[in-house]
This record gives sequence, structure tokens and C-alpha cells, in this order.
Amino acid sequence: MKQIQTLTLAGALAVSAAVLGGTPSYADGQMKVAMITHGQPGDSFWDIIRKGAEAAAKKDNIQLIYYADPTATKEAQLISNAVQQHVDGIAVTLAFPDAEAAAIKEAQAAGIPIVGFNAGADDWKKLGISMYVGQDEVIAGAAVGDKLNAEGSKSAICVDQQQGAVQLEERCDGIKKTFKGALYVLYVNGYDMASAKARITAKLQQSPDVDYVVTLGAPFAPTALDAVGEAGSKAKIGTFDLTPRVSDLIGEGKLQWAIDQQPFVEGYEAIDLIWLNKINGHVVGGGQPVLTGPTFVDKSNIAEVAKFAKAGTR
Amino acid sequence: MANITQTMSLRAPRRAVAHQSLWRRVLKRPEAGALGGAILVLIFFSIMAPPFRQTSAFMTVLYQSATIGIPAVPVALLMIGGEFDLSAGVAVTASSLVASMFATEVAGNAWAGVAFALMFSIGIGALNGYLLLRTRLPSFLVTLSTFLMLQGLNIAITKLVTGNVATRDIASMPGFSSAHAVFASSIRIGSVNVSIAIFYWLALVGIATWILLRTRAGNWIFAVGGEGESARAVGVPTRKVTVGLFMAVGFGAWFLGMHMLFAYDTVQSGAGVGNELLYIAASVVGGCLLTGGYGSAIGSALGAFIFGMTTEGVIYANWDADWFMFFVGAMLLIATVVNFWIRSRVSRGY
Repeated sequence: MKQIQTLTLAGALAVSAAVLGGTPSYADGQMKVAMITHGQPGDSFWDIIRKGAEAAAKKDNIQLIYYADPTATKEAQLISNAVQQHVDGIAVTLAFPDAEAAAIKEAQAAGIPIVGFNAGADDWKKLGISMYVGQDEVIAGAAVGDKLNAEGSKSAICVDQQQGAVQLEERCDGIKKTFKGALYVLYVNGYDMASAKARITAKLQQSPDVDYVVTLGAPFAPTALDAVGEAGSKAKIGTFDLTPRVSDLIGEGKLQWAIDQQPFVEGYEAIDLIWLNKINGHVVGGGQPVLTGPTFVDKSNIAEVAKFAKAGTR
Repeated sequence: MANITQTMSLRAPRRAVAHQSLWRRVLKRPEAGALGGAILVLIFFSIMAPPFRQTSAFMTVLYQSATIGIPAVPVALLMIGGEFDLSAGVAVTASSLVASMFATEVAGNAWAGVAFALMFSIGIGALNGYLLLRTRLPSFLVTLSTFLMLQGLNIAITKLVTGNVATRDIASMPGFSSAHAVFASSIRIGSVNVSIAIFYWLALVGIATWILLRTRAGNWIFAVGGEGESARAVGVPTRKVTVGLFMAVGFGAWFLGMHMLFAYDTVQSGAGVGNELLYIAASVVGGCLLTGGYGSAIGSALGAFIFGMTTEGVIYANWDADWFMFFVGAMLLIATVVNFWIRSRVSRGY
């Protein structure tokens, strides 16, 4: 018993020492900037954002702290946490603008510059934030709607992996805006692929006339492909965002396209804009969002993108 | 003459008693209530959702049920043995991650990853059991800690090893196609594809039921969960039983983990969180008592089946997607209420 406790304690100490040892010390003159997202832990997309942010932080000599929580109240709490640490800037995704409003006011009251990014294209100005980096999700959705019309789709499914997240709803709304056919929204549960596959299969069996599946998260596109095969459906598949596997499948012609918001750029610019603001008072964008997308990746340009996707930075 | 009437009058009621006791025996099984709930949900969606009646739809439902049901079998045994395992959900993901990374980064063969992951998963189970016995803490706390640690390790180690938070695609690896055939293939029966996971699930339920009802180990499990101290006093190796049950959960997690890996080729390291509650819920809906000592493996399968029917049925019925979780919860509540109603009627003797 005692032995175990000592062992556990020693183990815990070793782990925390390793973790703490990994972060650079806060030297004089080095800025400390917090990046706070609503990313689900272990999601490739958010990892690419983080890699972009780390690249900018390294170049600008910034100590980057990265926090993420996919729930509204916890993301808001993380903002307060960063304010209490007296960071020099905060880059934050505005996925839950109402929940985050109070914490953002707190940061503004403390004089900390804030850049919104990735989510909240409609809300950043209302929150008194002066810069925003990202893709306008409604515009991106509308571009997908146009694409579906051009390919002659009559009926499509929009696969949403995080019910209640504003920017995903906006994508679906954008598609509805321009798409002339019928659009169904289907929610799947986090990253449980077996359950996602079963639900997409079920939807395709329930609506056999569906001819297009659009996944709002790239990890779900290969699963949708399985489901289409399982249901014996003829539906084609397009997705938001990229993963190495998605870029392979586009190259093989099994997926039609991916709409890329260039998450690396989002992470990079969000940090870089804070740096510009701190060192020289710049406000970039002229009151408009700094747009990182949408761009379509399909068979015609996949070769160029694929080599970066392999390295996990696209 | 008097003799004959006596035998006749004895014989008739005896047959009636025998008949009634069989019926009662069925109803007294822990899974009887869940069977009632499952039939109710089946009828409900068959009426409400026309596509639900297709064979192919039924296979989709069974597949969803199998992915909950496979780990739910050992989780049910563990609950009968009086313990919880909250780490089972992420243990599934941990097992796929370990197999994938060992195969791609170390061994270069899919089967080496499979074998390594088996040792790893059973090892985690043994560790859970060992920590439980050594610390004498409730299993809820011990496995909550391993759950959280595994959740962190899944992401951190994956990122450390691969530089990304999802593993590399293993589809081109030597041994992949045979491993895929074993763990994740589909068998075409008539006009529908049936996932092999469904057969493994049913086989596991069969084996676990046999162990519980026909072997000494089964008696030990009931004894340890029902009255641990008395069981120890009469010579049941309670510690071995507990550790063994945790290792069985590790095995179940490994098995589903291998299916997930070979069916979906890459693994997102954040997956699996929350599923542990589904496994426990399937067992409880299926008649396991939260306090241990009572339950069945067939019940866990029926519980998983109710959950599978509900999540898919809501889609087949084409109900508003925004209400999805509400419908799932409401259906589960109704199924569970019916379940407990049947059980309480039986225990009161109708």
C-alpha cells in the first residue's frame, strides 16, 4: 500500500517534471500569448491550427500557451484563466460567443489585445474585438451549395460532428442558402467512427434519393465513404477541411473535393496579428475579417497540396 | 381405484406446476425485462419508421449494437463481480492506437501491432485490478483515474510518436489485408453485407453465458459480486477473480479496438471518451445490478441492442435531427421503465 503510494507519487512527479520541462521558460522581453479554442482533443484539424500558431510563435519569439475545450462554459473559463495569468495577448475561437462574452470583457478590461479566429465571423465585431482571421463559414457553405448545383445534385446530407457549434451550423446554413436541392442535417457523435458510420448508413437507407454527402469535418469523409458503400448508395462525397487520408482519397478519385480554410494560416495569422499589434499597434483587416478560405482542393490541384498534407501541416 | 384417482389427481397439477415454473424461470432471468424493452422498441420503430423494416437496416442496427455490445459483455461480467470499469471506452481507442503505432513505427507488420496491443490491453486490465486490490479504493475511483490518464496518454503519446493527433493510414502495411479479413470484414448474406463484428459479438455473449451459468468460474463471479467476504471465507479466490475480470474487460476493449483500427484504417486519438458509460448502461439496462452479484451477458447484449435500435431508429424515422439526443434518451427511459416494471412484477409473483 505504502509502496504503491510512493510509486504513484514518484510517477506523478516524473510526469509533471517532464511536462514542465518541455515548455520554454518565460524570459524577459518574450511575450506570452494564449491560444484558446473549442477544438476536441485529438482532432487533426486543431492540431494543424496549433502547428501554425507554434510556427508564428517561434518566429516572433512568443511563448505560446494552448488551451482547448469543446464545451461553451469551459472555453469561457479558459479565457478567464489566461487573463489571470496576465498574458500579453489572446487568440480565441468564438464558437460560443454568448458564453464567452463576459470573459472577453474581462480580458478587454485588463487591456489584453484579442484576435478572434476560426469561429465567430458574425460576432467578433459585436464583442468589440478588432481583428478576426478565418473563413466566413456562410460564404464557404454557399460555395459548397454552388458546387453541388453545378454537379447536378438534387438531395444532399450535411454531416455535423458537434451539435450546437455555431460555425458548423453556419456551414450548413450557407449550403442551404445556395443549394437548390433538399438538404438534410445529420448529427454524429464526436469521433466514434463506428457510430458515425452506422448513422450515415441509416440516413442513406432512409433517404435512398440522396446523391451527395458533405461532411463538415475531414476525419468523417472516409467513414462516409464506407457508409455509402455499405448502404449501396451512389452518393458522391465532399468534405470541409483536409487530412492526409482525405487528400489520398481525393487523389484516388474516391472523394470529389475538400473545401480548405487553411487552418495552418488561421493559427499562424492569429498569433502574428497579436504580435504586430503589440510591437507596432497595427490593426489588420480594416474592420473586415482576414480571410483564409474557402479554396477548393480537388483532383486538379491535389498533387501540390498532398505533400504538405502528408507532413500534417495542411 | 382409490389409488388410481390419487395418482391421476397428483399427475395433472404436477404438470401444471412444471409448466408454470418454466415460464417463471424464464421471467426470473435477469434479462427478461430487457427482452420486453427490446421487443417494445423493435415494434415501435417498425411501425414509426418504414425503412427500419428492411434487412439491410436491421444489419446497420446490429452493427451499431455490436460496437457497444462487444465490450459490454466483459463489462457486464465485471459488474456481476461487483466492480466498475470507467476506463473501457478510452481503452478501446488506446488499444487501436497502440496497435497502429507499434505496427507502423516499430514492427512493420499489422499482426505484430495486434499482438502487442493484446498484451497492452490485458496489461491495463491487470493494472486496474492490481491497483484496486492494493489501494482498496472503490473501483469507480481507480478506473476513473486510469480513464483520465489513458485519455491524456492517447493524445500525448500519439502526438509524440507520429507528430500528429491521428495515426497514419495502415491500409498498405504487410498483414493488413489478413487482419482486416479477421477483424473487420463483411460477409455477404443474400442481398446484405453483415459485419463480422456482429458474429463475434454473438459468440462472445454465448461464451460469457456459458462461463457464468455452467462453470465454477461463473459461480465465483456471482459469489464475489454478491458477498465478497463470505466468498473468500469459503475459499473462492476472490482476488484472482477480480483481476481476471478486469483483464477480460481489457480483452474486450482490445477486440473492439482491433475492429475499429482495421475498419477505419486511421485512429483519431481523442475517440472513445463517453463510450464507457454506454457499456455500463447496456449492462444495467440488461439487468445487471449496480451493486453486483446479479445480471447476465445476454442482458448486456439486449441492452446494447436497445441502444443500437434507438440511435438508428431515430434516423430511420426521420425525426428532426436537433432532437436526436432527446429522442434517444426518452426511448431508453421507456425501455428501462418497462424492463423494471416486468422485473418487479416477477419478483412480486405477478
